[in-house]
This record gives sequence, structure tokens and C-alpha cells, in this order.
Amino acid sequence: MLYSNRKIIRLRTPLRDTDLQALKAGDEVLLCGTVFTARDQAHRRLVDLIRGGSGLPLDLKGQAIYYCGPTKTAPGKVIGSCGPTTSSRMDRFAQPLLEAGLKGMIGKGRRSEEVRRLIQKHGAVYFLATGGAGAFLSKRVIRARPLLFEDLGPEAVYELTLKDFPLLVGIDTKGRDVFEM
Amino acid sequence: MKKLTEKLISATVSRLCIRANTNLRPDVEAALRRAARLEKNARARKILRQLLENARIARAESLAICQDTGLPVVFVEIGRDINCLGLDLESAINTGIRGGYEKGFLRNSIVADPLSRGGSTGFGPAVIHFEFVPRRGLRLTVLPKGFGCENKTQLKMFNPTARGREIKDFIVSVVREAGPDACPPYTVGIGIGASADHAALLSKKALLRPLGKWHPTDHVAALERELLREINDLGIGPMGLGGRATALGVHILTHPTHMAGLPVAVNISCHVLRSASALLK
Repeated sequence: MLYSNRKIIRLRTPLRDTDLQALKAGDEVLLCGTVFTARDQAHRRLVDLIRGGSGLPLDLKGQAIYYCGPTKTAPGKVIGSCGPTTSSRMDRFAQPLLEAGLKGMIGKGRRSEEVRRLIQKHGAVYFLATGGAGAFLSKRVIRARPLLFEDLGPEAVYELTLKDFPLLVGIDTKGRDVFEM
Repeated sequence: MKKLTEKLISATVSRLCIRANTNLRPDVEAALRRAARLEKNARARKILRQLLENARIARAESLAICQDTGLPVVFVEIGRDINCLGLDLESAINTGIRGGYEKGFLRNSIVADPLSRGGSTGFGPAVIHFEFVPRRGLRLTVLPKGFGCENKTQLKMFNPTARGREIKDFIVSVVREAGPDACPPYTVGIGIGASADHAALLSKKALLRPLGKWHPTDHVAALERELLREINDLGIGPMGLGGRATALGVHILTHPTHMAGLPVAVNISCHVLRSASALLK
């Protein structure tokens, strides 16, 4: 197993190509800035909009999608528990979103070989967040607001503002996969 | 004969939903702590410490340990002295689920129609297993099952002449296929025997046994130990990034079966193995 001896890297959205290219699978990253949550049904809708030709209701250029459906927000809190969900379920939707300019995907677990190649092709990065650590991760979200598809409840698209959100590089722009190292 | 009220049952289930989802089981927390202590891989150790910190925050702030607050599975054990005559236990339990999930700000993860994926049921309904037991009182146990790991469940109907090696290989392969995706370190529930449906139920029930406790029968406990060793030899580790702690425990439940068959069901739990239980007397 690869150990990353490199120091922790701070990143900010929108993600810049030069910053992404410097990342290596296994690197630890602290992410700041806004990301969009989306999981199964929101992905289906976004991709249906692209394929239907009506375009996306949000600009994904240089942005990151977090595969996450948080718990309800209690009074006085920014957000509920908000860890990552299993990324592989979103594999089938990755291509059109990467073609729309998406540069970062955040989730847990492996991606398909096809997605690994697409990530390399588009110079994007797949990040891992710690699965099952939703309470811990909620402390690194400083703002959350519903953006799209509110009828989907926890599967709606939220805009989250992150502060030092701890991630690990899962697949880098060269297509190196931390699970294959 | 003890007569319980629907109100008491609902209130108890509500409380258990919140407790299970925000207060990590002490045996699970102890197992994570032990895994962190024994782990030699630095990154794995760091992840395990994050999980312990997560459990601490969740408990202190009454936050869900994981945003997937699961499909609620409820086990109801009805003792000999309990009079359920006229009680709508199922509705009382589902009222409790709704109350607990709402009050605890837990996630409504249930879709009404599994095919169209449409429609909200407003939390629940729970999957409820009723059982009459030769004890006193009524025991309610809520196990909110996350679906990242539930999706990794497998059932295999072996020939009755299958060797132990084949059975072990199957169980280890289920964990290998789950790999990093279902939030290791896992607890592996296994049901052996009975029928296909009952083996699956046993594999889930096995998750209720406290970690660190082995099966009371020697040869079954020996199988659990061998499986735990083989699973940890896979080296999947926390988050699937390598390390010793691939599983925290392997729990087997067995049941007599037909001479023509040997059902084996494997139900994996993520490291957020949640359940809470109360005995009404």
C-alpha cells in the first residue's frame, strides 16, 4: 500500500487544471469552496437534461460534485450528517457530466475502468471522503443551501460551502487509482 | 398477563431509532478502538481514529453517526407473559419509526415504490420480524441498516456434500467483492441452514450479537475465527486503503436444514453497525 509522504494539500473550488495535475493518487487534500451534492436520482435528472438538449441549470465548469444525501438539519446547525455514498452507482452518469466541464467527484469506494479512463481523458480527479464519518464531516461544512430538485428530499442538489474538508485523491489526472497501488 | 399499550410501544421504538443512529454501540466502538491500537498501517490508523472522533461528535451532539440512517429493521420478541390481544403492533411500531426519525432529524431514505422509485412514505415502514420466545416481557430491537453494505448481501444454496473449504471460500469472496465500497471494517453476519429466506434472516440477526462474543458451539466458533483471520488477510482495511482491520467480527447463526441442501447467507454491515434494544415488562 502506498504511503503518501507528501504534505497535506489545500485546494479551492473552482478547481484549476494546474492544481489538479499536481495531485497524485493517495495525496491528502483539504478542500475549500463550494461543491454541489448529487446522488442517484439527481444524476439521472441532470443527465436527462443534457441528453434532452435543454442544458444544465448549473455551470459545472471546474466544479466538483459530492455524492452525498445529508440527514435533516437540526435547528442551530449548518447541515446534518453528510458523509459520502458509494460512488460506483454514479459511474454510468460520469461521462456527460465530465463533458460538461466537471473536474471533481467526491465519494467512497471504487470506480469502473471506464470512469478511470474518462477521468484521465478530462483531466479530472476522483476524491475519497471517509465513508460513515458523516458527523465528523458535517463540522467542515460552513454553509448549505438547496439548489435544485427539492422534491427529491435528501437526494436534492445542495450547494455546500466547505472549509478544510478532508479528502484523499482516489484517481488522479493521470488515471492512477489509489485502490490499484 | 401483561398488557402493553400501543403508545408505549411507539414511544419506545422512537427512542430506539434515535439511540441506534446517534449512539454507536459500545461493543462496536470498543472494537474500533482495539483495531486502531493494533493497526500497523499509518493511514488505516488515522482513518480509524477519524471514525472514533465521528462517534464522539455524533453522541455529543445527537447527530446521526452516518447520513444513511438506514432501512429500519425491527425485531420483536414476544414473551410468554405478554398479551397482545387487540394491539396493532405493526402500526404502533411504524408510528414509532416515523416519530423517531422526525424527532432525531434522521434521513428519510425510503421510497414507496421500488420500481418507479417514486412516492414518499414519510419514513418507514420498517421491516418487522415478530417472534414468540420462551421468556418474559416484550423485547424491541431497532437495527437501522445502511444500504451501501446491504447491497453486498449474497445467498448461495450449496450441495449438502459441500466441503467446509467451499463454504469459507464463498463467504470470503463476498467480502472480497464488497472490497472498499461498503465502508470497512465490516461485521460479517452469516446464516447457515434452514431455508433460503430464513438463512437471510439469520444473517441479519447475527449482527445483533455483541462484537467480541463467539458462537457458543465450539465448531461454529472455530469457523468464525478462521473466517475472521482469512478476511483480515485480504488486507482491504479501513476505507479499502489497506490495513489489518477488514472485519471487526464474523458472526454465524445456524439452524437445522433439509438433507438435500445447505443454504448460506452473508449480510455485511459497515463499521457503523447500529442497533438499540429495550425490554418492556
